[in-house]
Amino acid sequence: MLLLRDAIHFSWSALTANFTRTFLMLLAMSIGVGSVIILTALGEGARNYVTAEFSSLGTNLIIVIPGRSETSGGAPATMMGVTERDLTLDDAIALTRHPKVSRIAPFNIGAAEISWQGRKRETTIQGSTHELLMLRKWKMAQGQFLPEADISRANSVCVIGKNIRNEIFGAHAALGQWVRIGDRRYRIIGILGSEGQSMGFDVKDAVIIPVASAQSLFNVPSLFRIFIEVKTREALPKVMTFIKDTIRERHQGVEDVTVITQDAVLKTFDRILSALTYTVGGIAAISLVVAGILIMNVMLVSVSQRTSEIGLLKSLGASARAILNLILIEAVLLSSLGALTGLIIGHIGSWVIRYAFPVLPAYPPAWATLASIFVALITGILFSLLPAKKAAQLDPVVALASH
Amino acid sequence: MIKLENIHRNFQVGDQTVHALDDINLDIQDGEYLSVMGPSGSGKSTLLNLLGLLDPPSSGQYFLNNTNITDLDENQLAKTRNQNIGFVFQTFHLIPRLTAAENIELPLVLAGIEEKIRKERVYDALSSMKLLDRAPHKPEQLSGGQRQRVAIARATITEPTILLADEPTGNLDQKSGLNVIETLEQLNRRGITLIVVTHDAALGSRSTRSIRMLDGRIESDDAQGKS
Ligand SMILES: Nc1ncnc2c1ncn2[C@@H]1O[C@H](COP(=O)(O)OP(=O)(O)OP(=O)(O)O)[C@@H](O)[C@H]1O
Ligand SMILES: [Mg+2]
Repeated sequence: MLLLRDAIHFSWSALTANFTRTFLMLLAMSIGVGSVIILTALGEGARNYVTAEFSSLGTNLIIVIPGRSETSGGAPATMMGVTERDLTLDDAIALTRHPKVSRIAPFNIGAAEISWQGRKRETTIQGSTHELLMLRKWKMAQGQFLPEADISRANSVCVIGKNIRNEIFGAHAALGQWVRIGDRRYRIIGILGSEGQSMGFDVKDAVIIPVASAQSLFNVPSLFRIFIEVKTREALPKVMTFIKDTIRERHQGVEDVTVITQDAVLKTFDRILSALTYTVGGIAAISLVVAGILIMNVMLVSVSQRTSEIGLLKSLGASARAILNLILIEAVLLSSLGALTGLIIGHIGSWVIRYAFPVLPAYPPAWATLASIFVALITGILFSLLPAKKAAQLDPVVALASH
Repeated sequence: MIKLENIHRNFQVGDQTVHALDDINLDIQDGEYLSVMGPSGSGKSTLLNLLGLLDPPSSGQYFLNNTNITDLDENQLAKTRNQNIGFVFQTFHLIPRLTAAENIELPLVLAGIEEKIRKERVYDALSSMKLLDRAPHKPEQLSGGQRQRVAIARATITEPTILLADEPTGNLDQKSGLNVIETLEQLNRRGITLIVVTHDAALGSRSTRSIRMLDGRIESDDAQGKS
């Protein structure tokens, strides 16, 4: 029997003898593997990004959203739930009564222009309370956060993020200055030291005013969210029931809010984005099958071009089995080389994505790397079976006569 | 030793049956030098392919060294070809991407023989064919006569008992043709059974035994008269 080492050597010589053919097949294979890796890296990156985003909100967190979601379970549709009845500041105050509630932060957002001495910038204004700082685990760079005052008091103070500070004030001291937001004036009492993303906002771009001030600034009586931090994890279900009961009582017996835990949100996003990753990975894997079909065609052509060589090998004592193995070894060499090249392309591509979008942790998952190599090998072998069988079954007399 | 009994080989072409071999009976002793002659289409190549186990008979018995080859499976046939039979073709059939030495080495590679032993035997074959300086050359860099000597070296590298040559000088000029024939005859003198198909009467007359074919039958066999 043909030794494996010699078989590999012989197949390799066949591959290198026809450079264009080999190069094309390698290209197809490596693009397939590379795209699986890059696309799954993107999917993973998005998943990790969103997960990190929500984890930054803190633990044991309950989010109250106005409007009743149709489906239970807290799908993202919930986040866009239609408001049926306003969620008010009084509702928020009523929720503070539970002994297991450690922090509560009513939350409002709106877009407005912030300006100081002619410098201006359009940004998102967040309305909340003193408790938001601890709830989001932010740090102050300078001054203080919103004062610990009556929730319903509309103080004219604001806290800004680093970017806003730099863009509006530049080299000037910002603390204590009066800025114009929309048509009102607010005094800067603190500058946030934290960086990173939170709920889709860049903390460095944050402008935070007291929730009551935001309500009057944007002229909306309703809240966007109420964040509630619970003392222990075990208390989460009890507090959730308490919230629902309290709101129902206050809203004439209608439970028109959606109460979700951060855990549930995280899990949902995780599920959706994992599914997304699998999907794009799967779509990319189709390109591997396309590569497989290409390999089959090129192999078939190669076998018919090498008919007389195969006839010769048979006359020299190669069995059908040996011919089959030789062609399959060619396929394995090709697909593993293609997979390897694809691996390199994929990892370089993921690195480029991370370099271009530093917020996106686009690391290809290990399963995608393994699966794409596996699929590449399997398709390479499977699609070469037919050409290999064809070669093995060639009649040596006819094959030798062909030219 | 070769023994053919009532060998037929039919080819179906459309609804017509071609009797390429028609009731062939032939005994060939070890070490014989046999030439096969006859007009084109008379079945010479078909006979040679059958003797070389490349083509099975449609009917009849073929004993090779007392083994009935119809009892052998594909694997055993391949092995027998590798060990017992060498082919030399009119068109050389060298693999263009391999060097002369690698072409010669091929039957040993297929037999799974270790590289060290292979290299020694290839060296010996190259030197006896006076091709040592051509070892690293590709077939395209060799003359016709050199190519055929590489092919002969390849055919004999496993030390087979039978050497089958189908018009081995057909693509060569007279001088290199003669050189090739002399090389084959030298191998025959050392004991190999040599069977040469040729159109050339002068070459045919050099053999110790000559058969003439016509329409798939053996028309004359000068051994018949002798025995
Ligand atoms: N694979 C095949 N299919 C059909 N007919 C075939 C096949 N091989 C050979 N034949 C026929 O069998 C007959 C004998 O062919 P063969 O090749 O043995 O002749 P030959 O004596 O070698 O001729 P040449 O001197 O031209 O080489 C011819 O009629 C040929 O057409
Ligand atoms: Mg012929």
